[in-house]
Amino acid sequence: MNTVVEPNSFKTGPDEEGMFGIFGGRFVAETLMPLILELQQAYDDAKNDPSFKAELQALSTHYAGRPSKLYYAEGLTRHVRQLAREQGLDGGAKIYFKREDLNHTGSHKINNCLGQILLAKRMGKTRIIAETGAGQHGVASATVSARFGLPCVVYMGATDVERQKPNVFRMKLLGAEVKPVSSGHGTLKDAMNEALRDWVSNVEDTYYLIGTAAGPHPYPELVRDFQSVIGTEAREQILEREGRLPDTIIAAVGGGSNAIGLFHPFLDDKNVEIIGIEAGGRGLDGDEHCASMSAGRPGVLHGNRTYLLQNKDGQILDGHSVSAGLDYPGVGPEHSWLRDTGRVSYVPILDDEALDAFQLTTRTEGIIPALESAHAIAYAVKIAPKMAQDKIMIVNLSGRGDKDVHTVGQLLGMDI
Amino acid sequence: MATRIDRKFAALKAEGRPALVTYFMGGDPDFDTSFKIMKGLPGSGSDIIELGVPFSDPMADGPAIQAAGLRALKKGMSLTRTLEMAARFRETDETTPIVLMGYYNPIYIYGVERFLKDAVRSGIDGLIVVDLPPEMDEELCIPAIKAGINFIRLATPTTDDKRLPKVLQNTSGFVYYVSMNGITGSALPDTSRVAAAVERIKKHTDLPVVVGFGVKTAEQAKVIGSAADGVVVGTAIVNAVANTINPDGSLVADPAEAVATMVQGLSSGVRASRLAAAE
Repeated sequence: MNTVVEPNSFKTGPDEEGMFGIFGGRFVAETLMPLILELQQAYDDAKNDPSFKAELQALSTHYAGRPSKLYYAEGLTRHVRQLAREQGLDGGAKIYFKREDLNHTGSHKINNCLGQILLAKRMGKTRIIAETGAGQHGVASATVSARFGLPCVVYMGATDVERQKPNVFRMKLLGAEVKPVSSGHGTLKDAMNEALRDWVSNVEDTYYLIGTAAGPHPYPELVRDFQSVIGTEAREQILEREGRLPDTIIAAVGGGSNAIGLFHPFLDDKNVEIIGIEAGGRGLDGDEHCASMSAGRPGVLHGNRTYLLQNKDGQILDGHSVSAGLDYPGVGPEHSWLRDTGRVSYVPILDDEALDAFQLTTRTEGIIPALESAHAIAYAVKIAPKMAQDKIMIVNLSGRGDKDVHTVGQLLGMDI
Repeated sequence: MATRIDRKFAALKAEGRPALVTYFMGGDPDFDTSFKIMKGLPGSGSDIIELGVPFSDPMADGPAIQAAGLRALKKGMSLTRTLEMAARFRETDETTPIVLMGYYNPIYIYGVERFLKDAVRSGIDGLIVVDLPPEMDEELCIPAIKAGINFIRLATPTTDDKRLPKVLQNTSGFVYYVSMNGITGSALPDTSRVAAAVERIKKHTDLPVVVGFGVKTAEQAKVIGSAADGVVVGTAIVNAVANTINPDGSLVADPAEAVATMVQGLSSGVRASRLAAAE
């Protein structure tokens, strides 16, 4: 709908005002404005401070376990080649997993949390708040808060508290206070509203540790920067392993932090096809999905302009996904821009397809992926048979699926 | 060009008393009842009406206004119908200023240009859009000013002297001082701090300064009114409506009457507080 001139580089955003084209910005209440300006200043200072970089690097290596592995998923590759033969093709691209599931706390979320807790410390903040969907960001926030001795309050939709119990328990063990939010459908959107309400009420001492590459500027930028370690490593690792760049990279998009982290370092590699996977839920015909870029339109929520699921009056819809981490009616603003420029394609994967991929990966690789990551795997399995065997794809395995075993067990009618 | 809001403050200054600014949620508990509430406001002593536009995700509002917005949305309230309510009010009241208060997305989706045209036609005098700080003035503030609508900005305790000029730059009509950091409906801070804050803002502007967030009783209205050019009451009115509604949606009392009683009380408080400076 918006025609955008293709830029020379896709990596220069956002601009001074925090815009990626028409997306992004600082749509917040006046109470928060001075805070996000202060955060921006602190982040600009930190970026130019070698000691900040060094501390983050050390924590990433020794605490989070980076670099994460780039793993050749041989079992899954064998499977897609079998699928190809069944369709009378001789294709089957080589599939690699970027193993963010092996990080400390079990997902990519720790990358961002380590960066932001160091910022919070620099800014002299003494209390951490966070929102969480699947609980992965909540756990990572609780973890770094424990590590740095700061109290942490995590807002989590009541529905998510129910479907992600193991993570709720982990957060509590880590000393965080988990506050269930029952407004709306009780999912990530509602948790974010409540976290913002907490922040306007506690501006003096509180740092809001946003978990995804969304929200008012500078959050989309700084979360992206902290997550870009994923793509930077993957790019080096694949060059080392294969001697060339991949043909296709794929990641699941809820708010979109694991995806932008993988994508960003590849944006100017014109021959690398980049695909983001949205939650198709029960199909795009009704309201039971979270495919904001496939089925929504631009609007303003949670501090930024971006693609949103909304009705004709501009009221935000709740959406649905089997995966709590993708259950969000918006998306980070940089993704909206990448969509409109055509640099990245965004396609939906249904709940059922993700569940199939979840089981397939478990059985062919001995890896239980997070339901979020299973969406990306599902799409890889869909297109790989049609690609030649010498094609290479990297799928971001953004998190491990231990947290989802109850949900999956229930959906499959298993006795747990 | 003087707007309805400017004329109202000039008249109140001549009277030597602060304004009573009343917020209610458009469409709560339903369109007709809400319209009845609105029509009753001037007669009960409200000087300026803040007409709330419901939004699904009111990030700066407390539980009371959140719930009111959801009740209104459930009954089919929308920005279009909110404008219709204002237009119908204007059929019988030419003088009471109406300020539309809400969030940006419904306006953005309606289309800024089309919205401003329809707002002018509906007799809207001012806008308070919570999630549009001065950094985003190109979006709506500047087009609104060009359309002859006042853009009223919130100043908060976090708005320091360095930032105030930026906040006030494109503000017109009046300045809305939010007397504490937090969501709507929170407790009222002590009045000496409020008075000092109003003083601070007045050093930067000649606009009237009204104070809101937390005012619930006539006595509070009187005290705040002695330190400011106006007092905003919102959550207390929204609660008065809520208290007339059973959990099943049926009414135990007439919401319009409940609001009228409350506003009359607040009005007596405001009228008791002659402006300290008594020009």
